[in-house]
Amino acid sequence: MPDDQIVPRLTLVPNPENQTQMIVAQNLTKVYGDFTAVAGIDFTVAKGESFGLLGPNGAGKSTTMRMITATLQRSGGDLTILDKDPDKFGPQIRAHLGVVPQADNLDTELKVHENLYIYGRYFGLSRKYLTKKIDELLAFAQLEDKRNSKVDQLSGGMKRRLTIARALVNEPEVLLLDEPTTGLDPQARHVLWDRLFRLKEQGVTLVITTHYMDEAEQLCDRLIVMDQGKIMAQGSPASLIAEHSSPEVVEVRFGSDRNAAVAERISHIGDRMDVLPDRILIYAQDGEAALAEIISLGQHPVTSLVRRSSLEDVFLRLTGRTLVD
Amino acid sequence: MSSSLALPNEAVAIAEKRSTKRWANIYAGRARVLFERSFRVVKTSSWPVVLSGFVEPVFYLVAFGSGVGPLIGDVSDGYGHMVSYSVYIAPALLATSAMNGAFYDSTWNVFFKMHYGKTYQAMMATSIGPLDVALGEIGWALLRGLVYAIGFMTIVASLGLVPSLWGILAIPAAVLIAFGFASVGMAITSYLKSFQQMDWVTFWLLPMFLFSGTFYPVSVYPDWITNIVRALPLWQAADLVRCLMLGNISTALLWHVLYFAVMIAVGLSVATRRLTRLFMR
Repeated sequence: MPDDQIVPRLTLVPNPENQTQMIVAQNLTKVYGDFTAVAGIDFTVAKGESFGLLGPNGAGKSTTMRMITATLQRSGGDLTILDKDPDKFGPQIRAHLGVVPQADNLDTELKVHENLYIYGRYFGLSRKYLTKKIDELLAFAQLEDKRNSKVDQLSGGMKRRLTIARALVNEPEVLLLDEPTTGLDPQARHVLWDRLFRLKEQGVTLVITTHYMDEAEQLCDRLIVMDQGKIMAQGSPASLIAEHSSPEVVEVRFGSDRNAAVAERISHIGDRMDVLPDRILIYAQDGEAALAEIISLGQHPVTSLVRRSSLEDVFLRLTGRTLVD
Repeated sequence: MSSSLALPNEAVAIAEKRSTKRWANIYAGRARVLFERSFRVVKTSSWPVVLSGFVEPVFYLVAFGSGVGPLIGDVSDGYGHMVSYSVYIAPALLATSAMNGAFYDSTWNVFFKMHYGKTYQAMMATSIGPLDVALGEIGWALLRGLVYAIGFMTIVASLGLVPSLWGILAIPAAVLIAFGFASVGMAITSYLKSFQQMDWVTFWLLPMFLFSGTFYPVSVYPDWITNIVRALPLWQAADLVRCLMLGNISTALLWHVLYFAVMIAVGLSVATRRLTRLFMR
């Protein structure tokens, strides 16, 4: 048998050591009073990589993000961004970065094109440079005909695209996006993902926090799963699923009063089982076969679903909790 | 989009140029960009507010000077001269407009941008520093104060309400007054968290306007009240401007200047420290 057939299809993609490291965090910690928001995490982000921080609300993702953007001082550990300490070289670091915050903070007192212009001026960029750049960015964000609109007149998706366009005004090497598609409808999300893919193709390093596993699977080459300020696991989406879950999942519902009782009788099926209040999850190599086995035992679920294993399952496995409550 | 990503971008080159300078982590030397923003905001959205700040003292001057004035006749300026009522109130109206403009800019405006618009949060994600923001915002309040003062002085001078040539110094005095109120206003705002608290702070402006020797001399009060009023910033401001416009020049005026110098020094140092903490926490 040729060698390449033995190599598993889902391999862990390590962060290559010979590549330029854009961000290096070692034992990074943030403490507010007696609350530890980030509890000593280690990670690196390489040039051109698309790196994700996945976790539920309150996991410490946004706090980590703000420390990377040099707008929040760390309480402990080491952090370098482009080989510089953010405590000492905040403005110099921020000149390399594009920041898309969780909540839109566009300047509502200015028009759409002025938002891009003034933001560029904050970086000290010249009027001449910006005149050209604004046309380019409005085209990228598909907002050419909204150029003279007030920000309040834009839809949620348009505001998000304008915020991303604004973050690109200084041609950043690293773009940091905090929950980029929260609150957007599915179509607006896909438009946004498309724009982010284009940036990735151009070699922009992306750092993305999200609590949507589909977003993490779509956009991230590599990610860390965070919970309560700690890293629970890291790797590529595929390798995380391979390592911490089975290829397929069967979701069955027997009604909330019967789930627990049925679970005992079918617990031997598949690799592992999780009993949630509203449903039972069975992790298996072959989902259809597992479902057939359940039915052959005389247990007929009210609803059933066989699907591919996802990062959501990885998170549930690692923490015993779901990502979106 | 053009991919100059392999090369350091223009913004990086600009930021690196300053990296060895003092205070490089809080000051980028670009406070003027805040002016540029404010100019555009006035053009796009807030010109009615700016215009109202200009016409307000003129309305008071017309209503009280031309309306109430003739009923009152001449009044003593407190330094032994009898002057018309319009001449008496014009300096205090200038001082009040300097106070109102600067205080409004540095309290409500700053509060909104800090907690609701998240405007400063957006600025802090760029290579600009918190000191640029503080200087830019206060500088703008001063520029507005200067424009108001020039406008108002042009009107009152053309109406013949400025008896002394010293009156020209009322313009820089108005800017000094605006500076004092803007600094203290910003320092106070950095501590406040709700609209209710903001209401309390701005509530005190109205009684101060009515009772600080604006419309009548403070000598009508019992001594102990007079002394309290004299300690208030608006009386200090009104008396300074009035002495300049009426030509009652003495070294005592330097006490007023000192009063505002202290307001500026305390206000600025508290505001910069607090803003740096608020932005970077």
